[in-house]
Amino acid sequence: MSAIAEFAEPSTGTNSPMVVARDVNVHYGQAHALKHVDLDILQHEVTALIGPSGCGKSTFLRCINRMNDVIDGCRVTGKIELEGADIYDKRLDVVQLRARVGMVFQKPNPFPKSIYDNVAYGPRIHGVARTKSEMDEIVEVSLRRAGLWEEAKDRLLKPGTGLSGGQQQRLCIARAIAVNPEVILMDEPCSALDPIATAKIEDLIHELRQNFTIVIVTHSMQQAARVSQRTAFFHLGNLVEVGPTEQIFTNPHDDRTQGYITGRFG
Amino acid sequence: MTDATLPGGVAAKIRRPDLSEARLRRRYSSERRFRFFGLAAIGLAMVMLVLLLTSIISKGWPAFLQSYVTLEVTFDPAKVKADGTGDFRQVMIDALQARFPEVTDRRHRAELRGLLSNDTDVRLREYLLENPDALGQTRKVRVMAGGEMDTYLKGQSTEVTDFSGRGIASLVDIGGGRMRVLVGANAFSEVLAATKVALAAEALEMERELFPLQRRVADLQQALAGATDEAARSGLAVDMADVQRQIAAANETIADMRRRAAASGGIEVLRDSLPSFIARVNGGAVRLTEVGNDQALGDVLLAPDSLADAAPGTWRVDVYQVAETDRRFKDRQIAWVNDLEARGEVDISLSDTFFTAGASREAEQAGIWGAAVGSVYTLLICLALSFPVGVLAAVYLEEFAPRNRITDLIEVNINNLAAVPSIVFGLLGLAMFLNFFGLPRSAPLVGGMVLALMTLPTIIIAARAALKAVPPSIREAALGVGASKLQTITHHVLPLAMPGILTGTIIGMAQALGETAPLLMIGMVAFVVDIPGGITDPSTVLPVQIYMWADFPERAFEARTSAAIMVLLAFLVIMNALAVVLRKRFERRW
Repeated sequence: MSAIAEFAEPSTGTNSPMVVARDVNVHYGQAHALKHVDLDILQHEVTALIGPSGCGKSTFLRCINRMNDVIDGCRVTGKIELEGADIYDKRLDVVQLRARVGMVFQKPNPFPKSIYDNVAYGPRIHGVARTKSEMDEIVEVSLRRAGLWEEAKDRLLKPGTGLSGGQQQRLCIARAIAVNPEVILMDEPCSALDPIATAKIEDLIHELRQNFTIVIVTHSMQQAARVSQRTAFFHLGNLVEVGPTEQIFTNPHDDRTQGYITGRFG
Repeated sequence: MTDATLPGGVAAKIRRPDLSEARLRRRYSSERRFRFFGLAAIGLAMVMLVLLLTSIISKGWPAFLQSYVTLEVTFDPAKVKADGTGDFRQVMIDALQARFPEVTDRRHRAELRGLLSNDTDVRLREYLLENPDALGQTRKVRVMAGGEMDTYLKGQSTEVTDFSGRGIASLVDIGGGRMRVLVGANAFSEVLAATKVALAAEALEMERELFPLQRRVADLQQALAGATDEAARSGLAVDMADVQRQIAAANETIADMRRRAAASGGIEVLRDSLPSFIARVNGGAVRLTEVGNDQALGDVLLAPDSLADAAPGTWRVDVYQVAETDRRFKDRQIAWVNDLEARGEVDISLSDTFFTAGASREAEQAGIWGAAVGSVYTLLICLALSFPVGVLAAVYLEEFAPRNRITDLIEVNINNLAAVPSIVFGLLGLAMFLNFFGLPRSAPLVGGMVLALMTLPTIIIAARAALKAVPPSIREAALGVGASKLQTITHHVLPLAMPGILTGTIIGMAQALGETAPLLMIGMVAFVVDIPGGITDPSTVLPVQIYMWADFPERAFEARTSAAIMVLLAFLVIMNALAVVLRKRFERRW
C-alpha cells in the first residue's frame, strides 16, 4: 500500500468490459500454449499481463487482434468478444478488427518510409481522410498524442528509421493511434528502450488511457505497477490470478503470484 | 623490466602456461594456409580473365577497322543513268581497268575485281543517287576493300619478311611477261639463303607426309603374309608396289631438296609450294622463280615505271611466308595493293558497317547490328513474360500458398527446372510454340518465349529468397494497423524485396542473353541479312551470330567473331551495371 498506490490510480469499478475472453485455448501444433483463459479487459483501463517467459501472455495479447492468424499451425478455441461481438466469428473481417484493436510491438518497427507516411499509412488504407489537410491533421494529432510532434515536426519527410529507438517506438504508437482504435495492445513496448525513453512511453500510456483501452505485456513488475490499473498473472499457459494492480502486488491470493512478484522464480 | 620491453618477453609474460604452444602455432599456420589458397584462387581467376580478354581483344580489334580504296570512277552516261539504273558493275570494272591498264588476262582481271568488296556497284549507285551531278564526270569515290584485301592490309594474311636491297638493281625485260633482276655480287645471298631455309623446311614437311604411306606399306605386308588366295595376293602386291613407288619418288625429291638446301650458291628454282619472293623495283613487282647469288629471274606482276637502274635502298625483296597456293590473296593482288598503298589510295579507318549492318557472307559487309537488335527484341519478350509471371508465382508460393504436399512438389519441380539443360527448353519451344501454336520460326517472339521458360525458375527462386528475407516485423507492423494481406505485400514486402528480385531477374536475363542452344532449335540460327523490324521478323541473336561466324573459314571472320564476343560482353557488363544501379536505387534500410 505504499509506493504503488501513489502511481496506480484505483480502479473505479464502474467501467464496462471492453474485451471478454472465455475459455480461450491456443495450440501451436502440439504445444498447448494457453489453457482455459477467462479474462475481462475493462474500458479505459490499462491491463498489464505479467508472468515468466513462455507463460502465454504474448500469445493471449495476439489473440485479441488475431495476429496469431498469420502463424502457421496456430489454433485458437474458445470465445473472445469485443464489445459483445465474437472476434473469431467466421464472418468477421479481420481488417476491421485490427482497425479497432491496434498493436505496438516489442521492437520498434517503423516502415522504411518517412515519418509522415508511417503515421498516414493506417488512415490512408482505411480511407479515413478525404483531403490532404485532413490527413495532415490526423498525422499532427497522432504525433502530438504520441508526444513526438515537437521532435518530429521539422523532419516529417525524413525516414522514420532515422529516429532513435525511443522515438521510433513513439512513432509506432502514433501509427497505431492514427487509425483511432478502441483498444491498443502493447507487447513489451519498452524492452528495447533505455530508462528515459521508457519513462516517456509510460507517461504516454497514462495519457492514452483517457481515450483508449490498453493491454500491455511487460516483464518489468515496476512498470506494471506504475502504469496499470489491473494486472493479470500468467503461468505456464494458465491465467493464475487477475485483479486490481494494487491488490496483486500487495496481497496476491495465489502462492505462485506471490512467488513471482517477490522474485522467487520467473 | 628489461624482459617486458622485449617483444618476446611480453609474449612470454602474456602466455598462459597451460595452453599448448604447438597447437597455437598449428592454428596460425592453418590460417595462413587458408589465406594463401584464397589469394591463389583469386590470382588464378584474374590471370584467366586477363588471358581471355587479351586474346579476345587482340583478335577482335581488326574487325572494328576497315580498309577503303579511293578509286577514280567515271560515271559514263552511256552505261548508267542518274536515276540509278544501268550497269554500275561495269563502271566499277572500268575504273579498275583504268587504274591498272596492263591487266588484260581474264583470270587476272577477276583477281583485280576481287580486291574490292562485291557490293561496290551498290555503293557506286548510292553515290550517284546522292551526287547526280557526277554523271558524265570522273570522281574520286571511296569504296570498301574486299575481305581478303582487308585481311592482308591488317597483316593477318601472311607473315612478311623483307630484305632491303644492297647495291644497284637493274631490270632486263626478257619478254613473255618475264624479267631478269641483276644485282651486284652476292647481293642476293641472303635471299638465296632464305630460299634454302624454306627448301629445307619443305623437305621436312614432305618427309612427315610420308609416314602414312610407310604405315600403309607395313599394313600391306601384314595382309600379304596372311593372305592365302592367289588373286588377293597379286592384288595386294600391285598395291604395295604402287605405294613403294610413290615413297621412292618422294624420297628422291626430298633428297634432292636436301642436297640443294645444303649446297651453297648455284641457282635455286622456286616452286609454287614455297614462300613467295617478290622483288619490288622502280614501283614494279617481279615474282622470283629462279634465284642466284647475283641475279634472279621472275614473272612480272606489276610493270615497273622504268627499266632504269635502281639505287641501293630503293628496292627490296619481300618474302611472303605462306605459299601462294595456301592463301586466298594472290601475289598479283599483293602487288596491286602495294602499289595502291604506295600512292596513298588505300586507308584503314573505323568500320562503319560493323555496327550498322546485318549478317553477310562477305566479311567486310557483315555487321553485328542485326544480331544485336534481335537480342534486344528477344530479351524484351523474355523480360515481359518471365518477370511478371515469375514474381507473381513467387509471391503466391511464398505468401499465400498453404504448406502441403502439392506446394512441396511444385517447389521441388521449380528447383529442378533451373537445372534442366537449356536445349530441352528449345525442343519444348519447337514442339509447342512452332508446331502446335504455329508461331513464326526464327522470330524473337518465340525466342523470347523459350528463354522466358528457361529464366522463370531463376527469377522465382531469387524472388522467393528476397521475399523470405524481408523481416517479419514489417509484415506485423502493416497487419497491425489493419492492412490486408495483399496490401501488406504490395505496399511493404514487395518494395523491400525488389532489389533482390531485380538482381535475380538480371542474372536470369544475362543467362538468357548468352544462350545459344535453345534458339538453334527454333530456327534462330538462320542466316538473316535484314535488320529485324519487329518481334515476328526472322532474326538471330548475338551468341548465335558468334557461333555462325566462328564456323566461317575466312580469316576476316575470325576477327569478327572476337569482335562480336566483345559486343556481347559489353552488353553483359551494361546489364550488370544496371543491376547494381537498380539495387542501389531500390535499397532501403530498416
